[in-house]
Amino acid sequence: MAQEDTNIIDQPEVIRHKMVTVEIAGKKYEVPEGITIIKALWYSGQEVVRGAGCLGGFCGACAAYYRTKDDPKVRTCLACQMAVQDGMSITMMPPFPARKATYDIQTLKDPKQDLFNLYPEAPLCRNCNACTEACPQKIDVREGVWKAVFGDFKSVSEMFMDCVMCGMCTPVCIADIAPNLVALYVSRAQGAHFTEKPLGLDARIKEIQDGRFDDEWATILKMSEKELADHCATVK
Amino acid sequence: MDVHALQQIVHGTRDARRKQTLPKFSPADRDQLIHKYHPDYRERAYRPIRFGPNGGDKTVVELASLLEGDSSIADEFDLTADYTTDVLVVGGGGAGCAAALHAHTSGAKVILATKLRLGDSNSVMAQGGMQISVAPGDSPVTHFVDTLKGGHMQNDHQLLKVMVEEGPSIAKWLLSLGVLFDRDGDGNLHVKKGGGSSKPRLLTCSDYTGLEIMRVLKDEVLNQNIQLLEFCAAVELTSDEKGNCTGAIFKDLDNHRHVVVAAKSVILATGGIGRLHIQGFPTSNHYGATGDGLCLAYRLGAKLTQIDTFQYHPSGAVYPEQLIGALVTEGIRSEGGHLVNAKGERFVNELDTRDVVSSSIIRECEEGRGIRTMSGRVGVWLDTPLLDAEHGPGTLEKHFPAMMLQFDRFGIDISKDPVLIYPTLHYQNGGVKIDTNSETNVHNLFVAGEASGGLHGRNRLMGNSLLDLMVFGKRSGLTAAVRAAAMPQGKLTVGHLKGFRAEAKKHGSSNGIVSPMILPAYTRKES
Repeated sequence: MAQEDTNIIDQPEVIRHKMVTVEIAGKKYEVPEGITIIKALWYSGQEVVRGAGCLGGFCGACAAYYRTKDDPKVRTCLACQMAVQDGMSITMMPPFPARKATYDIQTLKDPKQDLFNLYPEAPLCRNCNACTEACPQKIDVREGVWKAVFGDFKSVSEMFMDCVMCGMCTPVCIADIAPNLVALYVSRAQGAHFTEKPLGLDARIKEIQDGRFDDEWATILKMSEKELADHCATVK
Repeated sequence: MDVHALQQIVHGTRDARRKQTLPKFSPADRDQLIHKYHPDYRERAYRPIRFGPNGGDKTVVELASLLEGDSSIADEFDLTADYTTDVLVVGGGGAGCAAALHAHTSGAKVILATKLRLGDSNSVMAQGGMQISVAPGDSPVTHFVDTLKGGHMQNDHQLLKVMVEEGPSIAKWLLSLGVLFDRDGDGNLHVKKGGGSSKPRLLTCSDYTGLEIMRVLKDEVLNQNIQLLEFCAAVELTSDEKGNCTGAIFKDLDNHRHVVVAAKSVILATGGIGRLHIQGFPTSNHYGATGDGLCLAYRLGAKLTQIDTFQYHPSGAVYPEQLIGALVTEGIRSEGGHLVNAKGERFVNELDTRDVVSSSIIRECEEGRGIRTMSGRVGVWLDTPLLDAEHGPGTLEKHFPAMMLQFDRFGIDISKDPVLIYPTLHYQNGGVKIDTNSETNVHNLFVAGEASGGLHGRNRLMGNSLLDLMVFGKRSGLTAAVRAAAMPQGKLTVGHLKGFRAEAKKHGSSNGIVSPMILPAYTRKES
């Protein structure tokens, strides 16, 4: 096994199990250094129901605030994606009662104008940039809100593709805008109204309706297990 | 050794490997490899289920115990309904949202209940894409054949034909709701080639396909004002005197009260089992993937199929510690990323099916050609910088922003350094047996998505899950809605528990386990 021994990655933090002190919702706990915040919650004996979702950094359920030792700056993160360090103070973000407009995306007549009816607060951005600073996905949220207001829906839809809808941009907004919801509306409108219809897709749907593949299906579905296996082996 | 020192062999062998083409294994070699190394063939991890609709069938011990587990609901439980609805959807992932939306659009009253928040699911994490045969050189028949090959010819032909044929109309539906699939210059849908597929067929939204679809579907569920019961975990189904499904009992996880919902039909869209950590594997699955729907359906008499086979995704992260089990999308291999062992060699055609690739990684590691981490994990390299070398700088950043960001949080730049991976428990290939309308052998009980079984055979092809969710979510929703219009609400009883408990007693199964599990027990107890 000598060969294996040269193929070990050093991870002293794992070997030593160094413990660090963190503050979770105002209480101090000793937890192993380097584990994620969610794991620190479990380690400190807390039952987690709200505040954990996909555990892969995609669902936005575990939005959290944290501050590192001696730094006054309170930052945001997804708790399943952030490692704890000594002296860190952490609290989970509570659900925030932002207003979501409801709309029928398919029957909108003028989506760029409708934005101002659905989210009349959207043009009231005061440029404080707090939303951008709050975004754990590093989206330039403030810029996105302005682009939405100016009707550049395409750019917004591209900028917010990373948005996990954690909503951390919302409580910080002094104009009571929910930028993530504005961007979601804009992205959906972009997709439903301002994107080319793929002609190939319609052609394929028609082919299926017209029975273009029926003969092929009939041949395949009649085959014995052996014939089907042989046929499958010819498709590379 | 320092991680960077070990990575040198990957950098050093890159140019030589780029000239290499690795053939796929012959069917015989494939079978041999899988039988020897795939976790599905570890005998001691399995045991027969003692009783119930699949009595005598083998599955992993973790699942068998839960299927035989007792209900938390007593025989004399007060079944006065708190809510009454036409269609009750259990689960808030892709299948649940699709089912709810289609049932609602058909005019049915719908309640969607989920034990976490709407959308907290595996669907939201799907990065690879969605297989739909839209390209000119492709066809639903070819999609069928590829899937069949991937599933070791064990797929249910009817289910599979329905899925591949309805795929294009699903793409149209999602586009009409505003889903932003990647496009070609001419406006047509861009397709990528996925592992195990003979044609490029993956529709993608960069590497956020699941997230984009789920953002839109969740928003649509809210726009349609579909009634939600969030943080409500299903703990039992109800049945009438004939054994037909008539509703469900939930436990509100906030106030610990029970909630009874009377429904003409129930659609279980409860997803998979990754959080059971079968055979000790880490998992790519979400927090609630504890197989609840399997237990509920089983106690009511629904037959399961192919529950002895699971998918271990080839590329789960092994390093850093914080990302263990997290998925490194297959898209990296689709775009040419190599798998490299500790000797700097490739050992499998990276675009072979998931079971083959996973088995070959396990082989490399068991035969001493893996790279070990000090926490006792082992893995092989996935050469991510190769993509930038092959397709130009910035390729990873452009095509895999989610992946870049995930590793960047831990100071790792995957465009510069390869990542260490090992198979991670990813998907339950089998599940509750359904017909083409997604209904089980229990009348008015539907199952859609990962909780159902038969469609994928013994190995699901990459990109077929998102399509499965949409197609069978839709079919279950439509069928349940149409039926609701022409039937009365059945009586709510838990009469089926009497029979189940008698069986359990007869087989000496008093293991004390109560199922469903609801959430994994990660909270550390006092030591």
